[in-house]
Amino acid sequence: MKRIITSLICLLMFASFAFATGQGDGTSAAKGGEVEVLHWWTSGGEAAAVAVLKQLLEAEGYTWKDFAVAGGGGDNAMTVLKSRALAGNPPAAAQVKGPQIQLWGDEGVLTNLNDVAKAEDWDNLLPKVVADVMKYKGNYVAVPVNVHRINWMWCNPAVFKKAGATIPKTWEEFEAAAKKIKAAGLIPVAWGGQPWQEATVFEIIVAGVGGTDFYKKALVDADVNTLKSATMVKVFKTLRMVLQYIDPGAPNRDWNLATSMVINGEAGMQFMGDWAKGEFTAAKKAPDKDYIAATAPQTSKQFIFNIDSFIMFNVADKDKNAQKAMARLIVQPKFQEVFNINKGSIPVRLGMSEEPFDIPARLAMKDFVATSKSGDLVPSMAHEMAVMPDIKGAMVDTVTNFCNSDMSAEDAAAQLASAVAAVK
Amino acid sequence: MGKETSKANDKKLRNIKFRNRLGNLIPKIMIAPTFTVSLVCVYGFILWTIWISFTSSKILPKYDFVGFEQYNILFTQEPRWWVASLNLFIFSGLFIAICIALGLTLAIFIDQRLRGEGVFRTIYLYPMALSFIVTGTAWRWIMNPSLGLERLVQQLGFSDFTFRLLVESNVAIYAVVIAAVWQSTGFMFALFIAGLRGIDNSIIKAAQIDGASLKKIYLRIIIPSLRPVFLSAVIILLHLSIKCFDLVMALTSGGPGYSTDMPATFMYAFAFNRGRLAFGAASAVIMFITVMAIIIPYLYTELKGTRNAR
Repeated sequence: MKRIITSLICLLMFASFAFATGQGDGTSAAKGGEVEVLHWWTSGGEAAAVAVLKQLLEAEGYTWKDFAVAGGGGDNAMTVLKSRALAGNPPAAAQVKGPQIQLWGDEGVLTNLNDVAKAEDWDNLLPKVVADVMKYKGNYVAVPVNVHRINWMWCNPAVFKKAGATIPKTWEEFEAAAKKIKAAGLIPVAWGGQPWQEATVFEIIVAGVGGTDFYKKALVDADVNTLKSATMVKVFKTLRMVLQYIDPGAPNRDWNLATSMVINGEAGMQFMGDWAKGEFTAAKKAPDKDYIAATAPQTSKQFIFNIDSFIMFNVADKDKNAQKAMARLIVQPKFQEVFNINKGSIPVRLGMSEEPFDIPARLAMKDFVATSKSGDLVPSMAHEMAVMPDIKGAMVDTVTNFCNSDMSAEDAAAQLASAVAAVK
Repeated sequence: MGKETSKANDKKLRNIKFRNRLGNLIPKIMIAPTFTVSLVCVYGFILWTIWISFTSSKILPKYDFVGFEQYNILFTQEPRWWVASLNLFIFSGLFIAICIALGLTLAIFIDQRLRGEGVFRTIYLYPMALSFIVTGTAWRWIMNPSLGLERLVQQLGFSDFTFRLLVESNVAIYAVVIAAVWQSTGFMFALFIAGLRGIDNSIIKAAQIDGASLKKIYLRIIIPSLRPVFLSAVIILLHLSIKCFDLVMALTSGGPGYSTDMPATFMYAFAFNRGRLAFGAASAVIMFITVMAIIIPYLYTELKGTRNAR
C-alpha cells in the first residue's frame, strides 16, 4: 500500500512539473497582433512566394509566425493541424482546400470573414464556383490564394518535328501522333506512375471525352449511375489507349522526372498541371520555342482548377485584426501578382493585368475568365477539389488499379461505381 | 554528557533512516516519468485506437458508437485490404524463410574458421547499418528498368534482357522481398554464428569419435541445438514484416497501383490521407490482434522455456 502511495506521489510530482513547463510559452505577444500560419510551401519558389505575404503583413505592423510543416504533400501538415485543433489551440490560418473546408466548418472552429469580403468586394472579384468553395453555409471562412490549371499538355516540339507528328487537339489525333513518335524510337508520353498522376490524366480524359456536364455528374456529384455509364467505359478505353504509349520505367516515377524527360527530348508530351512549367523555366527553356504548353486533347474550352486556400480559425481578440489583414492582403492585386508569378499559377482575382505573366499563364487567365462565364470551370478530382478525400480515394484506387493491370474498361467502370457507392 | 551522546546518536539514526528512505525512493522517482509515458502513450493509446475503431470518425475523432461497421466494411467492401493482407502473407513467409536459410548457410560456412572471417562478417552485417529507407531507395533505382539493372545488362550487349520485377503489379511484392532479405540476412547470420559458437565443442568431438559424418553432425546435433535461435529469429523477422512500412514507402510507395500495399501502409493511407480515422483504426486493431497472436505465445514459451531451453 505504502509503495503504491509513494509511486502515486511521484507520478503527481512529475505531472505537475510537466504542466508547469507547459505553461511557459504563449506569452510573447506582439504589438499589432500576430498571425500564425500553417502551410507546406517550403520548396524554393514556393517559399519565396510565401515570404511576400510575410513582408506585406509586417509592413502593416503585424507579426508573422511561420508554421511550415514540410513533406507528404500536406499530409504531415494536416496531422499537425488536427492535433492542434483538437487541443483547442489552432493557428490563425492553415492551408486547407476544397471540400475539406466544409469538414472544418462542421467542427465549428472557423471564423467569419464576411466583413473583409464585403469591404473588398470578393463576391464580384471571384468567380462564383471559386467563392462557393470558400464559403461554409453562405459565409466566407477561407481565402483563395491561387489557381492552378490541370488540363495542360506539355510538349517538346523538337520531338514532334523529328517524328513528323503534329500536336494533337483530339484523342484520335493523339493516337496518330503517338504512333509516329513511337515509330521514331522515342517515348510518346512521359508518364509518372503514381496514383495521383494517373488520376490527373484520368480526369483530363473524363473532361475531354465526356464533356463538362458529364464531368460534373461523375467526378463532382459522384453519381453512381454516371460512373458506370457507357461514356465512362469510353473514358477508360481512351485511357488504355494512352497507356500503350508509355515506357516500362513509369511506375512510381515522380512528376518532375517525367517533366525532365520532355525537357531532354526523350519523351514527346506530358499531361500535368501548370506547376510543370516551373521545371521548364528552371531548365531555362522558353515557352512556344523550346516547349509548347497546349491544352490537353478536347479540353481547350474547359478549365479544370485546383485552388490553394487558407482557412481562418477563431483566434484571441488581440490577433483578430492581424488575421483579417492577412485575408485582405491575400486577395489584393499586389500579392496575387508576385505570389502567382513565383508559384507558376494564375491569380484567383478576375480582371488583373496579364502583362507581367508568361505565355502559358496568359492563356490560362483568358480561359479562366471565359470558362467562369460559360460554366466550363470545373474543380479537379485528383487534387481534392471536387469530392471528399474518402470518395476521391475510392476513385483513385480504381484508376490506379486499372492502369496497373489488364482490367477491361467495362470492369473498371463497374468497379469505380461500386467503390464510390461503398464510401458514399 | 550521557544525554548529549544519546542526542547525537538520535540525530545520526534519523539521518540514516532518512537516507534509507531516500534510497528507496530514488529508483521510483527515476522510473516514474518513463512509466507514465509508456502507460499513457502506449497502452492508453492502444485502448483509444480500439475505441475509435468502433465509431464513425472521419477527419477528426467523434465519440459515437457504430459497433462493428468499420470492420464489416474492411472485410466485405474493400478489395485493397485483401491485397494488403495477401501481400503480408506472401512477404512475411518468403522473407522469414529466405532470411533464415541464407543466414544459417552463411553462418555455417563462416564457422569453418576460414581465413579473413572478420572481413566477411563485416560485409554481411553492413546492410543492417542502413535504414529501410536507404535500402528501399537504392533498390528502387537498381530495379528500375530505365535506370538500373535492365539498362546496364542491355548496354553490355544483351538487348533482349528484361528485369521488370518492380514495375509489374503481379510480381512487385517479390521485389520488396528481395530488398528486405538483402537488408536482414546479415543480422540472421550474426544471430546464427553466435548460436553456433555457443555450442559445446565436446559434444561435437564426441560425435566425431563415434564416427558421425559432418553432414550428420550438422543435421542431428548442431541445427537442433540452435532451436532457441530459430525462435528468436522468427519472432524478430515476423514483427519486422508486420510493421513493414518504410521499406514499402521508399521502394514502391505501395505501387504499381496498390499492388504492394501492406496493412501498415493501408492504415496510414486511410487514416491520414483520406480522413477515414475510424476505418484506419479498425485496420490497425486487426494488425494489433495479429501481432498479439504471435507475441503472446512467444512470451509464454520464452518465460516458461528459460529453464529447459537455455
